[in-house]
Amino acid sequence: MNDFSYTQATSAKEATSLLKDQPSAAYLAGGTTLLDLMKANLAEPPQLADINLLPFKGIEQTSDGLRIGAMERMSDVGENALVVQQYPAVSQALLLAASPQLRNMASIGGNILQRTRCGYFRDAAFPCNKRVPGSGCPALEGDHHNLAILGVSERCIANAYPGDLSVALAAFDAVLTLENQKGKQRRVPVTEFYLLPGKTPQKETVLEPGEMIVAATIPSAAHARRSAYLKVRERSSYAYALASAAVGLDVQGGTIRAARVALGGVGAQPWRSREAEKVLTGAPATEATFRAAATAALQGAQPREHNRYKVELAQNTLVRALQQVAAT
Amino acid sequence: METEPQFFETNAAPTVVGQPMNRVDGWAKVTGHAKYSAEYNQLPGLVHAVLVTSPVAKGRVQRIESSAAQKQPGVLAIFTHENLPKLAKTPDAPADKAALNSPMGFMPMTSDQVHYAGQTVAVVVADTLERAQYAASLVKVIIAPEAPVSSYQDPKAQLYVPKSVKGMPGVTKRGDAQAAVQKAPMQLAATYTHATIHHNYMEPGATTAHWEAADRLTIYETTQGVSETQKTVSLMLGLATEQVRVITKYLGGGFGSKAWVWPHTVYAALIAKAVGRPVKLVLTRPQNFTSMGHREEQQQTLRLGATKEGKLLGIVYDKTATTSPWDDYAETNSRIIGMLYHLPAYEATYRLAKSNVMTSTATRAPGDMPGSFAIECSMDDLAAQLGLDPIQLRLLNYADIDSSTGHPWSSKSLKECYARGAELIGWNKRNPKAGATREGKLLVGMGMATGSYPVHNSQGNARVRLYADGRAVVQAGATDLGTGTYTIITQVAADSLGIPPENVRFELGDTVLPSTQWSGGSTAAGRVSSSVYLAVQEVWQKLIKLAVMDKKSPLYGAKSADVAAEKGRLQLKANPGKGEAFGEVMKRASLGDIEGSALGRYGSNYEAPQTTANADPNKKENAAEHSMHAFGAHFCEVHVDPELGTIRISKWVSVIGAGRILNPKTARSQVIGGSTMGIGAALMEQTVRDPHLARYTNASLADYHVPVNADIPEMTVEFIDEHDPYVNAMGVKGIGEISIVGVTAAVANAVFHATGRRLRDLPMTPNKVLAALREPA
Amino acid sequence: MSSDLFPPADTPPPADDSRRTFMKQAGGIFGFALAAPLAGQAERLTAYSKTVTGATTLTLRINGQPRTVQAEPRVTLLDALRERLDLTGTKKGCDHGQCGACTVLVDGKRVNSCLTLAITAQGKEITTIEGLAKGDELHPMQAAFLKHDGFQCGYCTPGQILSGVACVQEGHAKTDDQCREWMSGNLCRCGAYANILAAVREVADKA
Repeated sequence: MNDFSYTQATSAKEATSLLKDQPSAAYLAGGTTLLDLMKANLAEPPQLADINLLPFKGIEQTSDGLRIGAMERMSDVGENALVVQQYPAVSQALLLAASPQLRNMASIGGNILQRTRCGYFRDAAFPCNKRVPGSGCPALEGDHHNLAILGVSERCIANAYPGDLSVALAAFDAVLTLENQKGKQRRVPVTEFYLLPGKTPQKETVLEPGEMIVAATIPSAAHARRSAYLKVRERSSYAYALASAAVGLDVQGGTIRAARVALGGVGAQPWRSREAEKVLTGAPATEATFRAAATAALQGAQPREHNRYKVELAQNTLVRALQQVAAT
Repeated sequence: METEPQFFETNAAPTVVGQPMNRVDGWAKVTGHAKYSAEYNQLPGLVHAVLVTSPVAKGRVQRIESSAAQKQPGVLAIFTHENLPKLAKTPDAPADKAALNSPMGFMPMTSDQVHYAGQTVAVVVADTLERAQYAASLVKVIIAPEAPVSSYQDPKAQLYVPKSVKGMPGVTKRGDAQAAVQKAPMQLAATYTHATIHHNYMEPGATTAHWEAADRLTIYETTQGVSETQKTVSLMLGLATEQVRVITKYLGGGFGSKAWVWPHTVYAALIAKAVGRPVKLVLTRPQNFTSMGHREEQQQTLRLGATKEGKLLGIVYDKTATTSPWDDYAETNSRIIGMLYHLPAYEATYRLAKSNVMTSTATRAPGDMPGSFAIECSMDDLAAQLGLDPIQLRLLNYADIDSSTGHPWSSKSLKECYARGAELIGWNKRNPKAGATREGKLLVGMGMATGSYPVHNSQGNARVRLYADGRAVVQAGATDLGTGTYTIITQVAADSLGIPPENVRFELGDTVLPSTQWSGGSTAAGRVSSSVYLAVQEVWQKLIKLAVMDKKSPLYGAKSADVAAEKGRLQLKANPGKGEAFGEVMKRASLGDIEGSALGRYGSNYEAPQTTANADPNKKENAAEHSMHAFGAHFCEVHVDPELGTIRISKWVSVIGAGRILNPKTARSQVIGGSTMGIGAALMEQTVRDPHLARYTNASLADYHVPVNADIPEMTVEFIDEHDPYVNAMGVKGIGEISIVGVTAAVANAVFHATGRRLRDLPMTPNKVLAALREPA
Repeated sequence: MSSDLFPPADTPPPADDSRRTFMKQAGGIFGFALAAPLAGQAERLTAYSKTVTGATTLTLRINGQPRTVQAEPRVTLLDALRERLDLTGTKKGCDHGQCGACTVLVDGKRVNSCLTLAITAQGKEITTIEGLAKGDELHPMQAAFLKHDGFQCGYCTPGQILSGVACVQEGHAKTDDQCREWMSGNLCRCGAYANILAAVREVADKA
C-alpha cells in the first residue's frame, strides 16, 4: 500500500474539495473495498478523505419511499425493522452478503461501489481491459466459471458488481442521490447507475469524479413488501453468488398485478429483467408462468464454455425465488 | 518382538490417558498468549522482508529495475538472483535434493530461470512492514516470457511414466490384473478427476531469522519438524547442525505443507545475515498458494473385475497428474487401492506431465485421500450394479490379510466400524433404491466409505526429568500442529510417572530439546508418547536400582527385576504392599531430580528395529511381520437441491479404529477436522489455473472456498477400542490422516444415493450437479 | 456496553432529531454499539479535522488502556496491534477481510482489523483477545472454547472467540443454524466448527 495522506472530512464540502485539489484521491467509508484494492496495489490514491463523519445517515420514511443514508452500515440496514418489513428482499440481500464483520464495516454507498471478483482484474500480473484498457481479457478463454452471461462484451465478461444489495435495489426501483463537488445533488435510478462494459469496461458507473453517493431511496410498493432474495453459492455462506434473484410480487386472486425481478451473479451489472416482469404481470402465479418468466430473463444470455451452467442455474434460481414469494 | 515394556502392561488402568482432558495449551490459545513464528517482535532491530514474485509462469529474468524501490524510505536492501548471497548447497541436483530433504529440486533466485508464476524473483527488506510491502510493489522484474505448460490437460503436455514416485515404482504389478479384469464376469471402469487443492492453513508461512552470533542462527519457523528444518537450513548455509536452532512453539496448521523447508525460509536466514538484523518474512495469502506446495490436480482411472457375487478379481489402475518442471512428485494413490480389500491381482501405473507449476507436496493423507475416492466410489458402483448393500459388498471383499504384502494385520476393527457407523447414522432406514428419497424439493441420500491410513515407521528421542517434589519436565523436539501433542504427551507422562498432569510440563518445538522426527504421516502421537513412556521407564530403572541398594528402603536387597513402579510407587511385583514412593528414595539419596531418556520407535521400526538412524517414513514397511494400518468408516446424509445444484451435508458419522486413543476429546477434534477438510474437497475446494498463462486465478480465501461453519452439520465420532502390541510401546496408530480418507467418497456415494447420478469430478460444485442431473439416471 | 449517554430503548426521541427513525431502531437493536461513537464524535471533530501525512502519534484505546503508537495513515489496526504494540493475539490470516482471524471488537462491534486503518480507530474502544479475560478468570466464551475444544491449532481462535462474543451479544446465536450462519465469517481450517458451535451456543444459552 502506498503512503497516502489522510483527512477526516467533517462535511461533504470539505470532502469533495479535497478531491477537487487532488483528483486521484479517494473517499474512505467502510474501507472494505478500498483498502482491499490498495493492499493488492490495484488502487494507489495519494490521499484518502475519510467520509465516515458525514451526515449521510439515517433510515427514514419519506414521500418517495424509504431513504437510506449512504453511510449507514450493511448490518444496521439489514436488520432495520422498516427494511425487514417493507423490503424483505433488501434485508435478505444485505444479510446474505459477506460476513457479519464486513457487514458491520461496509457502508451502503461503498457496497454499491464494490468491484468485481474476476480473478484477472484482482491480480495485476494478468492483462485486464477493465484495469488497463486495451490490455486484453484472458477470462474469455480462461477461468470464467463465475463471470457474467448477460450484458457482457468482447472486452469484458466480469460481473462488475459481484454483490447482492444493488440487485435488490435495482429490482425495487431504488434511486440514488449523488452529490458533486459543487454541492449539487442529482438522482439516478440504480438501474441507470451502472454501465455495461461495451468498449469501455473501465467505466463502471455514471459517478463523476469527486461525486459521492448520499443516499438510496426505495419506493414503497406492495410488490416490495412481498419480496425475497435467493442466493446460490459454492459454499453455504461468506461467498459471492453464482446466481441470485431479487423478486417481488403483488398477487391478488391468484393473478400477478405487479412483479419485480433482478438477477445477481449473472449480469455485467445488477440485472433488472423487465422481460421477466412483462411475462409475470397479469399472468396467473403458477410455476408455468414463473418458468416462462425465467426463460425470458435469460433470453439474451451469452454464456461461454465454463459458465454455460449459469443459464439454467439463474432460471431455476428465479423460479424458486418466485415460488417462495408466491407462497408467502 | 522387542522385549521393551509396553504401556498396557505397566499401566493397565491408566487414570489420565484415555480421558477427554482439556488442552494444556488451551489457556494460551484462548487468551492470545500462544506465540507463533511471526510474533517474536522483541528481537533487537527486527526488520521486515517481503517477496517479489514472477507474474509469468515461464521465462528468464532479463533485468530488474529496483531503483525506485531502493529510494523508498526505510528500505535496507533488495536481493535478486544477481546479489543473493551464495548457498553452500542447493537442491537442484537429485542427490543434493535427497540429502537436503528438500521438497523441491529447484532453488529459485539462484539463477535467472523462472519455472512458475508466483516464483520469488526478489526480496525487499525495510524497517517497517508497510515500507517493505510498498517498495516490493515498485520492483519491476522484466522477464522474457515463454509459453508455459499449464497442467497434464494442456495439449502441450508430455506424459511420461516416472521411474518412481515417493519411493514407489512408476508401474506396480501383482498377478495378471489385465487378464483378471478382462475375464471377469462383472467389469467396471471409471475415471475420476480432482482439482488442485491448497492446504490453506490459517497461519501463513513465516520465518523470523536471528543471527545471535556470526556463526549461530536461530529461526522461528512455521514448520512441522524443527529437526528437519535445522538439518536442511544448516546444510544449505554450510553450517554445522548445532549452529542452527529452530523454534516452533505454536503452529497454525500445516497439513503436510509445513513438513519441509521451502525457499523463503532460506532467504530469510541469508538476508538476516546480509543486513545484520533479525528478519521477519511472512508470506502473503496469495504467496502461500505458490510457495509451499499443494495437492496436485489429477485424474484416476480404475478398471475392476469381479465375480457375479461381487468378489474382486483384479484392478487395473492409472493415475495421471501434473508435476513441476524439476520433480517427479505425485501422491501415491495406488497404495490404498491395492490394500483396502482382498485383491488377487493388481496393476498400477503413474503418468506425469511436467508443467510450469510449483511442486505439489504432502497434503493430509497424501495418496490415500484421493485414492480412496476412486476405490470407494467404484465399490459403491459395483454394489449398485449388483443390487447389493454397499456395506455388504465391502464385507464380501473384507481383507483378512494385507493383499499388497501378504502380511497379517497388526490389528483391524473395520467390521466393528461399519456396524457401529451404520447404527449411528440409521443405515437400516436407508431406502436401497437410489434417487427415491425426497424431502420437499430436496433429494436425500445416505452414503458411506471406508478409510485407512498406514502406520508409517519413525523414531525419536525424549527426555524426562522427574523432581523429588513430584513435578516433572518432559522434553521432545516435536511440534504440535494443533493436533493435541502438548496435551496427550502430558497425559502419557503423568500416568507413566504416577503424578497428576498439572505437575507435568511438556516442552516441545525447539532443536535444543531431544530430537524427534517431524509431526507428519500421523506418526507423532505414537512416536513421541512411546519415547516419553520409555524415558520414564529409564527413570524407574534408575530409582529401582537406588532403592534396592538403599538399606533404608523397604525394597533393600530385592532383585531389580522383581520391582515395578505403580502410580509413582516402587513396589515388589509379588507383594505390592512392600515398597515406597519415588520421592522417598530420592530424598534419602539427596537427589533433587532424576532423568531418563529413550529412543521411541513407531511402526515397523518398532516391530523390526532398523539400524538406520534416520528412517524414511515411506519405506521399509515390508520389513515388519505385520501390516499396520488404522481403519475406519465415514457415513453421511446429504440433501441435494436438484434445481439449484447445491449439496448440503445434514448428518455426519465417523467411526475409527486407531489403536489406543490417548485423548478422546482431541482425537474427536482431529476426526471432525479431517472430515471437514474432506467435505471441502468434496464440495467446494479448487485452485484454478489459467489454462494459457498457468497462473492461479483464485489465490485468495474469498475465491478459494474452504468450508465455513454453515457448511458443517453436527458430527458424531466414535472410536473402536483396539489393543495393538505391534505398532509401538503405546499401542497408538495415529488419527490425523485417516480422518480425511474416504470422506470425499462418502459424500459422493450419498449424492449418488440421493440423485441416482455418479459425480466423479471433484469438487461437486452446483454446475456439475446440474449437469449430472440433466443426464438420465 | 451500556452508556447513560444513550436513551433507553423506550424513550421517545426528540421531535427535531432528523435521525429519529434510525435512532428508534438503533435503540432497540444496536443501542450498545452506537453509544460510544456518538459520544466520541464531538471530541473527534475537533481533534482530527486535519490532514495527516507520514508517521504521527496515534492514541488507541485498547482493552480499556490508552496506547500510543507511531504510525503512518496506511497502517492498519491489525498491523498496529501486531507489529507495533506487540498485541499478537490478533492474527493475520489473509490481510483482506476473507478469513476473520483478525476480528476485534470496535465499540462493541466485531470488525476485521486488517481492513481498518489504525488512524480511524482513534477515539473508539478496541477490544482484543488480550482484553477478554479478567486476570486469570477467563471470559465465558474463552472457557467454553476450552471445554468444547473449539480449536486445534489456535490461530483462528482469538477471532472466533471475539466473533462468538459479538454473535451472542447481537442475539444471533439463538439456534444452531442461526449461529452457524453468523459464525461463518471466521474460517477454521482445522475444522473445529462443530465444537465452535457447541461453545458459542452454550454461552448463548446461559446469557
